[in-house]
Amino acid sequence: MEVAIKAINLTKRYGNFTAVDHINFEVYYGEVFAFLGPNGAGKTTTIKMLTTVTRPSEGTAIVNGFDIIKQPAKVRESIGTVPQEYTADEDLTGWENLMLIAALYGIPKREAKERAAELLDMVELSYAADRKVETYSGGMRRRLEIAMGLINRPAILFLDEPTLGLDAQTRAAIWEYVYRLRRQYGTTIFMTTHYLEEADQYAERIAIIDHGKILAIGTPKELKEKVGGDVITIEVAGDVNTARKVIEGIDGVSGVAVNGNTIMFKVRNGSTAAPIILEALNKLSIRATSITIKEPTMDEVFLEYTGRRLRDEEGTSEDFMRFRRTISRARR
Amino acid sequence: MTSVVSRLHPLHGLWALTNRELAKWYKVPVILIISLIQPIVWLAFFGKSMNFAAMFTNGLNIPGLNIPKQVIDEIASEVLRANFGTTDYFSFLAVGMLSFITLFTSLQSGMSIVWDRRLGVLGKLLTTPVPRGNIVMAKVLNSMIRSLVQSSIVLIIAILLGMKLNPNLNPLDVLGAYAALALMSMGFASLFVTLALRSTSWESQMAIMNLLNMPLMFASNSFYPVKSMPWWLKPIAYVNPLTYVNDINRQLLLGVAGHSLLLDFTYLLTFAVIFSALGITLSWRFLSES
Repeated sequence: MEVAIKAINLTKRYGNFTAVDHINFEVYYGEVFAFLGPNGAGKTTTIKMLTTVTRPSEGTAIVNGFDIIKQPAKVRESIGTVPQEYTADEDLTGWENLMLIAALYGIPKREAKERAAELLDMVELSYAADRKVETYSGGMRRRLEIAMGLINRPAILFLDEPTLGLDAQTRAAIWEYVYRLRRQYGTTIFMTTHYLEEADQYAERIAIIDHGKILAIGTPKELKEKVGGDVITIEVAGDVNTARKVIEGIDGVSGVAVNGNTIMFKVRNGSTAAPIILEALNKLSIRATSITIKEPTMDEVFLEYTGRRLRDEEGTSEDFMRFRRTISRARR
Repeated sequence: MTSVVSRLHPLHGLWALTNRELAKWYKVPVILIISLIQPIVWLAFFGKSMNFAAMFTNGLNIPGLNIPKQVIDEIASEVLRANFGTTDYFSFLAVGMLSFITLFTSLQSGMSIVWDRRLGVLGKLLTTPVPRGNIVMAKVLNSMIRSLVQSSIVLIIAILLGMKLNPNLNPLDVLGAYAALALMSMGFASLFVTLALRSTSWESQMAIMNLLNMPLMFASNSFYPVKSMPWWLKPIAYVNPLTYVNDINRQLLLGVAGHSLLLDFTYLLTFAVIFSALGITLSWRFLSES
């Protein structure tokens, strides 16, 4: 697979504080790649460096084949960005905002109009195109930001906390748009989030970042497997001890524990291991009356790598309030 | 993805960004009207009341001396002409008001970049391939266009209130007056945008504006000639671009005598070029985050 983003010892220091500490990773064309980490882990700083808004203190990155330090203009032409904060000009309409950004990418007017109409349609904002952005709701503004990030048909789209402070329904809708645009344009997507479920559900590969360092990279499945795999619980009718021996004899099984008629154990891949186990038990005429496979959650994965729970810091409403405060302060 | 490259010329996005600023302005005419109140009040209240010609001629009668009215009139005219270049102080002041409105409009350009930074718009602009200098120059261009439109309105109102233009006025004179105002606006707007490049505090921009606007007005020939100033103020007046704009415009619009137009224009051009070049150069370094 071809590499869309390659970070090489990418580092950012603010005074004595190292926000991003010599990180290395690769993102391939066409994939949805997520940076997962708590607030202040270095996610936004990394995006700011990759999108040439902030200069790295050390190291560099290659984005769409261009060096972020030596060829920032080329990088800017290749990418679209949806920053964490709202960036649309509130005094202009949604349509005017899209046309402005299109002009900044040097897109001819006729083509810009076509694209703007198409994008507004995609994010279901056509009906509000001629309304001033200040009248938009949070979800509408976020969708407009996504449309603005896509006006130049970027090879790579950077989304910084795209669903921050939005309700569950709007979050699901945003993800639907993101996937639709990838289907439609084959856009590579680099996103940051501190929502575990989102990373788990929507990202194809995840990098766990904390204190400016990448602690693990892999598909959600790989990360979970590394933690120790799935937990299978089987309830058997028949000789529990024979069943236990059978299960212990199967490759990849560990941590077997018996409790009455119930046997619990860990296995790397629960859904492929389960049929094998059932078949083996069946040969000895031991019948399983119930079986449950529980995958480890991203929360457990996160705990494993960072030594703390992300959930403790999530606080959706608090983030949202902080965000609103920033906006109202700016408006003052 | 790389097909866009060929379309990007050095000035791309400049007009789109300027238009964005202008749209905010012409969509809200109230702002335009409010910004015109000050110069109009100066003209209507101050200009109409500070009637030097009437002071001399209305009932000036010194006991014991029997000076004929004609002599007093003659002296008054000479005194006024020696100081203001014309006997018509209202017209003298009206020209000063053109640079007044231009100065006030230009000083505001620093504010708008602070707003863009605070509201996140600037962050977005910086991720696009628009040349950084164009972000700055759009503010400057916007300020120049606004200044000229507002100056035109002030000029029309001044004429309605009794400003007397040079009877031999030709279109080239008007064009020259506009060029002088545009150059001054370019210089001041560039200066104030440059000062605001790193700023996130609109309060400090307000403070700078309020600190500088009155001194710049009064340390120029907008209200009175430089030669009536105390010796320590004169040097300030002579580096102040307003003095040069007023000198040009009084010559062109009123037909009064003044300094060399060529020198005046050279000074203004230098002022505009130096500060816009400074703004463009520094924008590449200081507009983005460190």
